[in-house]
Amino acid sequence: MRAYLLRRLWQSAVTLVGVSVLVFVILRVIPGDPAKMLLPEGAPQAAVEALNRHLGLREPLWIQYALFVRSVVRGDFGQSFQYRAPALRIVIERVPATIQLALTAMALTVLAGVPLGILAAVRQRTGWDYAGTVIAVLGQSLPNFWLGIMLVLLFGVTLRWLPTSGFGGWPSLVLPSVTLAAFPTALVARLTRSSLLEILGQEYIRTGRAKGLGEPRVVLRHALRNAMIPLLTVLGLQIGTLLGGAVITESIFAWPGMGKLVVDAIFFRDFPVVQTILILSATLFVVINLLVDLLYTILDPRIRYG
Amino acid sequence: MRRVARHPMIVVGGLILAAVIVASAAAPWLTRADPLRPSFAQRLRPPQGFGAVHPLGTDNLGRDILARVLHGGRLSLVLAATAVALAAGVGVAVGLSAGLIGGRLDDFVMRLADVQLAFPVIMLAIAIVAVIGTSAAALVGVLALSGWVLYARTVRAAVLTIRETDYVEAARTLGAGNLRLIGRHILPNTLAPILVLGSSQFATMVLLESGLSFLGLGLQPPQPSWGLMLAEGRDYLSNAWWLATVPGIAISLVVLGANLLGDGLRDVLDPRLRQ
Repeated sequence: MRAYLLRRLWQSAVTLVGVSVLVFVILRVIPGDPAKMLLPEGAPQAAVEALNRHLGLREPLWIQYALFVRSVVRGDFGQSFQYRAPALRIVIERVPATIQLALTAMALTVLAGVPLGILAAVRQRTGWDYAGTVIAVLGQSLPNFWLGIMLVLLFGVTLRWLPTSGFGGWPSLVLPSVTLAAFPTALVARLTRSSLLEILGQEYIRTGRAKGLGEPRVVLRHALRNAMIPLLTVLGLQIGTLLGGAVITESIFAWPGMGKLVVDAIFFRDFPVVQTILILSATLFVVINLLVDLLYTILDPRIRYG
Repeated sequence: MRRVARHPMIVVGGLILAAVIVASAAAPWLTRADPLRPSFAQRLRPPQGFGAVHPLGTDNLGRDILARVLHGGRLSLVLAATAVALAAGVGVAVGLSAGLIGGRLDDFVMRLADVQLAFPVIMLAIAIVAVIGTSAAALVGVLALSGWVLYARTVRAAVLTIRETDYVEAARTLGAGNLRLIGRHILPNTLAPILVLGSSQFATMVLLESGLSFLGLGLQPPQPSWGLMLAEGRDYLSNAWWLATVPGIAISLVVLGANLLGDGLRDVLDPRLRQ
């Protein structure tokens, strides 16, 4: 257990170092001459050169990388070109909105996906099962940007029930979170169904039924708990999907979160903000998946990694 | 083979996909309208049904929507297919070398895969596109880059198991070199999962390409790209619903077809991959 913990921690650390190298290469090495982008067009060559020197861009790459890591570790992600303020502060201000949206979508995913999967599994090869499969396949095929627009068209423009953009109160949360939740809900429903079906065929389930346990107790207490383990991995990985989906969903609904910020920042070529968001979201992903892996050992006492 | 032809998901998915591909390929014969030529007298005409001048209506610049969807399909499908082929090529090559050579190369490649998977695909894609620009070539490159990891992991895992089998051992004893082992014994055994991954990934690539174009980071106007058409149609939701609806249906059809095909192939070809 201890060895496993240490190994996973080491792997996560290596991944994070890789994340920093990748971000450094994409946003610092490939763009070439940031000074030219910072200065107004037609600035004299001497000014470009001076700024490059000032930013440390004439140093060898590995020194630039070391400086970059040092400032990131200190929490200094540079100044946002667009807002003229520390990039980290700009990003952090937008985090709560994204978290609110992602958590609501995650709750919807679990509350809709798991029961849908259970229903399809216990009523296998009936209308319920086929209807559930169709919903799940559609949920995985409708692009979320289109689904969002169609929801706006139906509930915002035609029926006028819900606000179509902006931030404030639960009504404005409904359409974006449904849009964001559609894909993971479909995935979770399918996975719940298949992993539950596999477990319902096990011997101990037959034993449970034979000794006279009611069906709800067999399914919910004995089968579902065992089906939760693959589900948990997928939910952990869905953090990435949610963060990625937030980029598009927030842009559609003008939701003031990190996703909208990153798209706006790209158009302004505000690389410090882009870099902050990339590093933060990758770190979040790595940490959550590490936690999920550790949770396993608690959920399933059989797992004792050597 | 017969099971492939009879599996309902494969049949339905294949038919949907084939229909979209054929319709896009035959675009110049199916409609004579120019997807790029604006006509201000004909702005925002609603769908008129088949046989009419503008069967699916016109957009905000009076361009024929049917022509734009069909020609847009050519772009989207070719971009996605190229990206899948590139991703599969690179991924398979990397997976084979990692599995066969092992050691440091293997460690390095697998860590690299972890690193890349830590970023939401679309964020990585928009960061790269922002830096290198929005040409079609850049778009294909970004899509391919986002996809190689899956193949590399799958092929590597397959190589690790196949490498230890008796028949590979036998072939090696008989003097077969690495290339021969790969070509005769290992690749044929990894073909099924590669095929399954490829058809599901085609759906992902179409989604990613149209998503990037939707955000303004993919194909650029006036190209008839599905994602771009959706973005343009968003501003006309209250008075011209068809602008955003039609390209969305096209994207959904392709994704649905490719997903069904992928799931069906998975069922038939590789029972172990079944979830």
